[in-house]
Amino acid sequence: MDSRFDVELAAVTKRYGVTTAVNAISLRIPQASYCCLLGPSGCGKTSTLRMIAGHERVSAGDILLQGEVVTDKSPRQRGTAMMFQNYALFPHLTCLDNVAFSLKMRGVGKRERHAKAQEFLSLVHMEAFAERLPAQLSGGQQQRVALARALITRPRVLLLDEPLSALDPFLRIRMREELKRLQRELGISFIHVTHGQDEAMALADIMVVMEGGRICQAGPPREVFERPNSSFVARFIGGHNVLPGDFGEVAVRVDRCRLGHANGGPHLSGRVAAVEYQGSVVRVALETSAGQQAAAVLPDDLFYAGPVKPGDAATLVWAEADAHALAGATA
Amino acid sequence: MKQRPEREVRPWTFYALATLFGAYMLFLYGPMLMIYVLSFQGPNGGVTFPMVGVSLNWFADLFRDGQMGSIPAAFRRSLALAAVVSFLTVVISTSAGLGFRRRFPGSGVLFYMAIASLVMPSLLVGFGIALGFRVLGWNNSLFTSGLGAQLTWTLPFGLLTMFAVVARFPRSYEEAATDLGANGWQRLVHVTLPILAPGILGVAMGAFTLSYDEYARTVLTAGSSNTLPLEIYALLTSSTSPTLFAIGTLTTVVSFWVIGLTLWAILRLQRRRRPIAAGE
Repeated sequence: MDSRFDVELAAVTKRYGVTTAVNAISLRIPQASYCCLLGPSGCGKTSTLRMIAGHERVSAGDILLQGEVVTDKSPRQRGTAMMFQNYALFPHLTCLDNVAFSLKMRGVGKRERHAKAQEFLSLVHMEAFAERLPAQLSGGQQQRVALARALITRPRVLLLDEPLSALDPFLRIRMREELKRLQRELGISFIHVTHGQDEAMALADIMVVMEGGRICQAGPPREVFERPNSSFVARFIGGHNVLPGDFGEVAVRVDRCRLGHANGGPHLSGRVAAVEYQGSVVRVALETSAGQQAAAVLPDDLFYAGPVKPGDAATLVWAEADAHALAGATA
Repeated sequence: MKQRPEREVRPWTFYALATLFGAYMLFLYGPMLMIYVLSFQGPNGGVTFPMVGVSLNWFADLFRDGQMGSIPAAFRRSLALAAVVSFLTVVISTSAGLGFRRRFPGSGVLFYMAIASLVMPSLLVGFGIALGFRVLGWNNSLFTSGLGAQLTWTLPFGLLTMFAVVARFPRSYEEAATDLGANGWQRLVHVTLPILAPGILGVAMGAFTLSYDEYARTVLTAGSSNTLPLEIYALLTSSTSPTLFAIGTLTTVVSFWVIGLTLWAILRLQRRRRPIAAGE
């Protein structure tokens, strides 16, 4: 048995009637890694997560957890735990009883399971809220309780379905630090479904970009960001201009583009469509007469050295070395 | 600067519609109010105004031997029957509500057939059941044919209510329970039923009150023993005294008591769990 990988997907497929939600995807997640499944809605990321959890039947292919085939096992036989998008805390039970639920199902005595639950509430800094009902908690607090409830089962893999989407932006950044800390401390794998590329880049050891039931690209975020393998990936993860090149499309990072003069190098001429001040940087959106859109993100001092306004003629320039050819761009 | 009135000035249509609504309320509750007042008629008073003194004479009459002697027994039978009907309605419609979440071949037809019973003429349903029992050589009685006839009335209501209740019940609660290692039975007892409890209580109350004052379906199927509505109807045709009004007042008190108790229980359950707020 090969347990170098916490999770392995082998040509996993999910069909609902005639539609294929997940199309023969294969993926290996090494031990104790933070993996983000990233993609637009309907790309199959949630179906994939639910198949790993055992809440969705696999139409074809196999799922392995630490080298063991679990394709036909029930959720509780798998040793996974899932945190649901709306947390699914039981509204009639206190936080303590919510966290202790799995122990109660296993027949653990009241005193023992409450002590254990209290311990896990402390892990997520919620020990003071043990006797509250879920309705009396804020979204962020509910999420901590849901996390404690999932972790008390001592899962081999924790599955998180858009865990941060219900939180406001500030809280989201705080909670994602917390998630990363917990994953590091517990030394288990987290699989986190999200449609936010910033979230995925901030958290992931492995970022898996999905579209139309397939994996477009999987790898460390830096690798994906620096070498997107298709125009879809380049556009979806953001921060890139997808431009026509001599041999098909190329991706150029917007922060490597400048406004200037062609001088024989690669360039794109058009008019300024919008100027957005973003604090330390200024984003200039450009549109050519052919309708091609592109943008440059300039450090503020550089922008204010030669400011432009909407309607001005401008030329976008970049270094040849920064243009990254997109495989499959001609397809 | 011109001072504006504290409250918005209402258009004349508000007063017109409010008057109409007031008239409707009077029409709805006025007649019953007459009956409640007249039930306290003095010992020498009659079934119409004016009041000749005030007394509890007619209430006492209910518990004396004599013409009204059968009322307490009929009342107890009605309560017992309503309790059984309520229990069966809850069990069947909760199971059906949970079962119907997954569509199966023929589920649509089955659903409409269950609901169609609501539009069947009540008397004829009762007549059909009574006749069916006769054909099969069985005797009509309260807890066989009577019970069945009442279920044809309470079950469609229970089913419709439970479908609405279950439709708002997120699947993720059950998935979370399964994820945390609960088997099917544990999931039902520790998660599904407690969360559905307010809706289930509502169905129980609805079925209880529907059964408690059912007449049309029960009259031909009750056999030899009467329920309270049947008894009252029989008395209405044979005698006229304020005792009938006293029955009206008492049964209303019972109905309100049942409804009040259930609402109190539901509110208590729901106060503990307002909908979970998203975000902070």
